[in-house]
Amino acid sequence: MNDDLAIRARGLSKDFGDLRAVDTLDLDVPRASIYGFLGPNGSGKSTTIRMLCGLLTPTAGTANVLGIEVPGDAGALKPRIGYMTQKFSLFGDLTVWENLQFIAEIYSIPANRRFQRMEEVLEHYDLVDQRKQFAGTMSGGQKQRLALGCAVLHKPELLLLDEPTSAVDPQSRRDFWANLFRLAEGGTTILVSTHYMDEAERCHRLAILDHGVKVADGAPHDLQQSTGMSVIEVLADDPYHAQTAISTLPVVASVTQLGIRLRVLIPESVSDALGQVEAVLSTHNIKADTQISTASLEDVFVAVTLKPEQQAA
Amino acid sequence: MKSLSRLIAVTRKEIRQMRRDRLTFAMIFGIPLMQIILFGYAINTDVRNLRTAVADQANTHLSREFISRLNATQVTDVHFRVATVAQLEQLLRSGDISVGIAIPYDFDRRVADNTRAAVHILVDGSDPTIAGIADQLRNVPLEFDTAPKEARMAAIEVRPYYNPERRTPVNIIPGLIGVILMMTMMIFTAVAVVRERERGNLELLINTPVTSAELMVGKVLPYIFIGLVQLAVILAAGDLLFDVPVRGSVLDLYLAGCVYIAANLALGLFFSTAVSSQFQAIQLTFFMMLPSILLSGFVFPFDGMPKAAQWIGEALPITHFIRLTRGIMLREASLGEMPGDLIYLGVFAVVAMTAAAFRFSKRLD
Repeated sequence: MNDDLAIRARGLSKDFGDLRAVDTLDLDVPRASIYGFLGPNGSGKSTTIRMLCGLLTPTAGTANVLGIEVPGDAGALKPRIGYMTQKFSLFGDLTVWENLQFIAEIYSIPANRRFQRMEEVLEHYDLVDQRKQFAGTMSGGQKQRLALGCAVLHKPELLLLDEPTSAVDPQSRRDFWANLFRLAEGGTTILVSTHYMDEAERCHRLAILDHGVKVADGAPHDLQQSTGMSVIEVLADDPYHAQTAISTLPVVASVTQLGIRLRVLIPESVSDALGQVEAVLSTHNIKADTQISTASLEDVFVAVTLKPEQQAA
Repeated sequence: MKSLSRLIAVTRKEIRQMRRDRLTFAMIFGIPLMQIILFGYAINTDVRNLRTAVADQANTHLSREFISRLNATQVTDVHFRVATVAQLEQLLRSGDISVGIAIPYDFDRRVADNTRAAVHILVDGSDPTIAGIADQLRNVPLEFDTAPKEARMAAIEVRPYYNPERRTPVNIIPGLIGVILMMTMMIFTAVAVVRERERGNLELLINTPVTSAELMVGKVLPYIFIGLVQLAVILAAGDLLFDVPVRGSVLDLYLAGCVYIAANLALGLFFSTAVSSQFQAIQLTFFMMLPSILLSGFVFPFDGMPKAAQWIGEALPITHFIRLTRGIMLREASLGEMPGDLIYLGVFAVVAMTAAAFRFSKRLD
């Protein structure tokens, strides 16, 4: 095992009955980095995270997390990882302070450092004023900060976050990511699943999952460079008819509407993609501005999750 | 050491949550008090004043004297006087009376003739207790000679030890302790794990270093204390309201209570690991309660049950606990004289607890 890797998985698979939730997944997560899982609901993100922390037994494959084989010795792994669930899972009928105290005791943080560490977390995650508030009565953003605070209270080497920002506002998400970067700089490895493109873009590395299969893996910038697609942006007054017209072109892999703009993906192997799009628009008498654009992460996502027959087109 | 501190953490958390849950708090004191008052006053097998009708067709001096003697027993309370047996039967069927007394025309002659019954007493046999009580009416004297006679030594004399006045609360309350503790304890823990599953806390807990055993024991500990508080409430109420004695050692009683409480908590916890919602957990506890009340000897005598029912009864913790409480409270027995029942409860607690800890997987699959 490479010491620079926090997680190394090979051929990881999980079946639920007939459904293959995760399909022969290979994963290399470097230490002290933020690694993202991007994918729609049901793409196997949560299942993978649960296998990595020993909650689920893989149907096939192996995983080595922080040098420990899972699910073999999940018990030895627990004190070294922090886990944040999709749904708020702290105790709503305990105060912020009591929740922290419970977590601190469960992780056996020595009594002489316990209170100091709890105060530190309150300060770091801006919860000093909420100290005596019941966790159940807090806002989404506060709950999320508390959940993160509890997950890092024992200073884990690896932090597993399962769609941590699905229930909070954009400002809270920004603050949350600022906290994640600070943790990564401090040496913590972070594995985070999301279905937000802007969040995925912030990760050091990214794996895109689709129906349990890893369809892309790399730094977000590299993924954008190597989609294998030409991206053409079309600015039209009547985007609906423009879309219909462009869709008649057999070489077009996908057309996505963003307001009055259309983003058209055409395989790089097709010559003069721009010309073909302009031609089809003029035959339909649609006025539009067209230009070659660089792929956004959303374009990458669309490109890698295309069905095989569309890619062949 | 770490294990102990985690255990304390779980226990502390449970106590904090319990303190804030008003319903739980009400259950601790409300249920025992309500039940003991309800059952203590309502259940009375020493029945008096059964509604009675008389059809006195003889209407002689002797028959009238007989009726007044019947009334003097206080077992019957004559509400109606009718003319025919058919009318008695009608009143019996409609439920207006429980006992009908038919005195035939030739009552005086029948009294003299020892071979024929002089009086017919019609009893509502649909209620077994009433039938038993009415049997006492057989003992009412029935003779021409009303002069006082020398008291005759009975051939067989029954002396009810431990409850000479045959007061019902004395019989009911030691068993009621078992029923109340079972109900509250089992419900407390039956919902304990599944509630955390429903609220999502479990997914967090199973990702921490806390072990199944620590979690299970930590959840049970505070409730043992609560069970002992309940035991004290019941004993105090039994003493103050119904004068039910604790003749044996109170310490023995608490020791037995401790083990019995643990057995019920462990069983509840096991249920909690086996179900997927709080509703199912409550259903399962009801499934346990009915046999516990009916087959434990609390209401119906254990010896009267068929073998198979007795085996089921023997398997239930409450059967053994009721034997212990009756023994300690009424017969002044010590635990040492009834080791089998205590050992069974202890073994039951340990087995159920172990099963719960194993059943509670730290995995999701």
